[in-house]
Amino acid sequence: MTKTKIPTKGLDWGYAPAPESADHFQLKKEYGLFVGGKSVPASTGKRFATINPATEKILAQVADAGEKDVDQAVRTARTAYEKVWRKTSARERGKYLYRIARIIQERARELAVVESMDGGKPIRESRDVDIPLAAAHFFYHAGWADKLPYAFPGKTVRPIGVAGQIIPWNFPLLMVAWKVAPALACGNTVVLKPAETTPLTALLFAEICQEAGLPDGVFNCITGAGATGAALVNHAGLDKIAFTGSTEVGKAIQKSLAGRSTKLTLELGGKAANIIFEDAAIDQAVEGIINGIFFNQGHVCCAGSRLLVQESVEKEVVAKLKARMEHLIVGDPLDKNTDIGAINSKAQCDRIQTYLKVGQEEGAELFQTKCSIPDQGYFIRPSFFTKVAQSHRIVQEEIFGPVLAIQSFRTLNEALEKANNTPYGLSGGVWTDKGAKIFKVTRGIKAGVIWANTFNQFDPASPFGGYKESGYGREGGRHGLRPYVELS
Amino acid sequence: MSHSAILSVPLDFRSHPVDEVGIRERVARLASRSIKKSSKIEGLKLALSMVDLTTLEGADTPGKVRQLCTKAIHLHSGRADLPMVAAVCVYPTMVRIAREALKDTPIQVAAVATAFPSGMNPLEVKLEDTRFAVGEGAHEIDMVISRGDFLRGEYQRVADEIRLVKEACGKAHLKVILETGELGTLDRVRLASDIAMQAGADFIKTSTGKIQPAATPEVVLVMLQAIDDFYRKTGKRIGMKPAGGIANAKAALNLLIMVREILGSDWLTPDLFRIGASKLPNDILMQLEKERTGAYQGLDYFSND
Repeated sequence: MTKTKIPTKGLDWGYAPAPESADHFQLKKEYGLFVGGKSVPASTGKRFATINPATEKILAQVADAGEKDVDQAVRTARTAYEKVWRKTSARERGKYLYRIARIIQERARELAVVESMDGGKPIRESRDVDIPLAAAHFFYHAGWADKLPYAFPGKTVRPIGVAGQIIPWNFPLLMVAWKVAPALACGNTVVLKPAETTPLTALLFAEICQEAGLPDGVFNCITGAGATGAALVNHAGLDKIAFTGSTEVGKAIQKSLAGRSTKLTLELGGKAANIIFEDAAIDQAVEGIINGIFFNQGHVCCAGSRLLVQESVEKEVVAKLKARMEHLIVGDPLDKNTDIGAINSKAQCDRIQTYLKVGQEEGAELFQTKCSIPDQGYFIRPSFFTKVAQSHRIVQEEIFGPVLAIQSFRTLNEALEKANNTPYGLSGGVWTDKGAKIFKVTRGIKAGVIWANTFNQFDPASPFGGYKESGYGREGGRHGLRPYVELS
Repeated sequence: MSHSAILSVPLDFRSHPVDEVGIRERVARLASRSIKKSSKIEGLKLALSMVDLTTLEGADTPGKVRQLCTKAIHLHSGRADLPMVAAVCVYPTMVRIAREALKDTPIQVAAVATAFPSGMNPLEVKLEDTRFAVGEGAHEIDMVISRGDFLRGEYQRVADEIRLVKEACGKAHLKVILETGELGTLDRVRLASDIAMQAGADFIKTSTGKIQPAATPEVVLVMLQAIDDFYRKTGKRIGMKPAGGIANAKAALNLLIMVREILGSDWLTPDLFRIGASKLPNDILMQLEKERTGAYQGLDYFSND
C-alpha cells in the first residue's frame, strides 16, 4: 500500500465572494458645500454626480462650487481665523484634533466602505491602510499642537492664516488628513477642495468636524472640478496653497502664484525606480514589486512603476513576478479578497489603455495576467512591459495605473543613472542583503523617500515629498509643520 | 562507515537570503484572505484529508493507538460526507498495531524515527531505528535532522545522514523534520530546507511538536518558497508538512491559502501537503457542524481520541 510517487492532481480550491456589507449607513442623495460649519447649496445651483467606478452607478449628487462660493468660503475661513482659531489656545486645538481622530476611528468601517465605493480601491486597503493612517495623522498632529516651540527651538511660532488645499482622488480621506491635520494643529484655517471623482469622504469628514464641535469656519470644504480649483488658487485672500496632484496642474498653479506672496507646496507625480540586486531576498523583493506597483491600482504618486533588476536574476525575478501576479484578484472593491479594485474613473482608465497601446507601439513587450475582470466598471489587468528603453514614454511618463516597466542593469552605477534619468524625484526602492549597498544607492538617488527592502511604508512621523518635477515641501513629521508656520 | 565514503553529488549550500520583515508582511497579507461559505466547507474538508493524526507520548498504549486509528477512519459519527485523514503518525513500536487497525483503508502509517525527537544518537542507531519502523510496516518515515551538526555548519554531514536514512527507507516516503524552533533564524530554516530537499526528502516538515515555537506561518512560508525554488530548478515536487501548534480551523485554512498562493493548487493534495496535528480535527469538525446546523456545539460532542 505504498503511495504512488506521481502526485495526484491538487484540488482547484478558490475563494467564494466575501463582500463587505454596505447597509450599515446611508449616503445622502445630495451633498452641499461645507462652509461656516454647515452644508450650503452652491450659488450657481449647479451640481454633479459622483459615481462608483466599479458599477458606473451614481452614488450621490454634489454641489459644484463657483467663484462666488469660493470667495464666500475663503472669507468665512478668514473670519474664523481672525476671530476664533488664532485665539484658541494650542491645547484646545489639540483637543479638537484628538476628537476628530477618535471619530474617524469610530466611523472607520463606514469611511472605508464609502472610500472603496467612491474611489474603487479594494476594501482591504481602505480598511487596513487609508482610514487607520488618516486617524493616525490626526493623532500625531494633535500631539504637536501645543508643542510647536519644541519643533522649532529658539523661534517664535505663529500660524500663517488661511490655507487653500487641493487634493487628488487616489487617497481621498488620507489626503484630507495629510493636509488638514498639520494646518489646524499649527493654528490655520482651511478651505479644502477634494477631487471631483471622490468627494464623499471629504464631505463625511465635514460631518466629523461638526460632530467634534470644531468651531464654524475653521474647516471648509468646496466641491467641484478644475474650475473650482482654479478659482481657489486665484483667490487673493489665501496665505498658502497646498496642492497634491499632477505635475502639469502643479506647474500651472506655480505660474498663477507668480508675483503673489502666497506660500506654496506641491506634491506632484513620480516615476520611481525599484532596484533589485542579485543578492536580495528574491521572494520578498518580488512581493515588494507587487506592493510597489499594484497597491491602489497603481494610482500612487510614489509607486514603484519602474523595475530595475540586475541581469543575473532578471529571468528568475520576471518568472516569479508572473506567477505572483496570477494570484492577484481583480474585481469588486468591496470584496475582502480583492487585490486590485476599479480604476478611479473612465478618463483615467482610457489614459492607462492609451499607455498600454503606446508601449507596444514603441516596441515593448506587454504581459497581462489571465484573471477575469467584471463586465461593468473600469478595470485593468495587472500588466508589465519588458524590452523597454529609457527613452520610451512608458519609462519617462507617469502612467498612474497597474503598469510596470521592467529594465535590467549590470552595475550599481548603471542602476543609479537609470533611476535618476527621469524628470521626477519622489521615491525609490532598493533591495539587497548588503547594508553598504543600501547606503550607496540611497545616497545616489535624488528622491524624497527611498525604501530599503520594503516599499510604500507610510507613517505620520515620516516626512514625504519630492525633488525635481515631483514638487517641493514636505508633509508629515516635523518637516511637515514648517509650511504651516511663520517663524521669527 | 566514514562520512567521506558516502559522498555522491556535491550539494549546493549557497544561502538564499530571507528577509524577516518581508516574510512577516506577506504572512499578514495572506492571513487577510477571507474564506466564506462554500470555500470554507470545501477548504475544511480538504484540510481534514491532509491531517497526519498524531500521538507521540511515552504513555501511548496499543489501546490508545487503536482508538486513534478508529478516529482517523470515522472522524465524526453521523457524517458520511467527511474524508478520512491522510495518515496516522506514531512511534515505531506502535506501527504494527496501527497497520492492523487501518488495514483495508487508504490511510498511511507514518513512524517517527532516527532517535526522535532529539536525534542525539549515533548514525547507526538512527538507521537501525528507521529499518525497524519500515520492517514493522511503516509507509512513511518522519526523521529529524541533526540540529547540532547543522548549527555547527557541518552541512555535508546533515545531508549525508538524510541520504542514508532515505536509503534505509526503501519504498517508504521520507519526511525530514527540520525542528525549526531550534534553528534560530529564517535564513537557517531556508538553508536546512534546501539541504533536506537536495539530500532526497520527499517531504520537509517543520517540527517534532516537542519544541516551541513550532509551525509558525513565517517558517511555513519560507519552507514553501524553498520548495517552489527547488521545483523551478529541478522539476521535482517536494511535499510540505507543518506540524506542532496547529490547533484550529482558521490556522488550517491559512495554511491552505499559503500553499495555494505560493505553490499553486497542484500542491493541494494529501500527496504533497500534510498537517501534523492531534487536536486540529475536532476544531475543524466543530466548524463544519456549525456550518451545517448554524450553531456551535459543545466540545463534549466530539470524541477526544
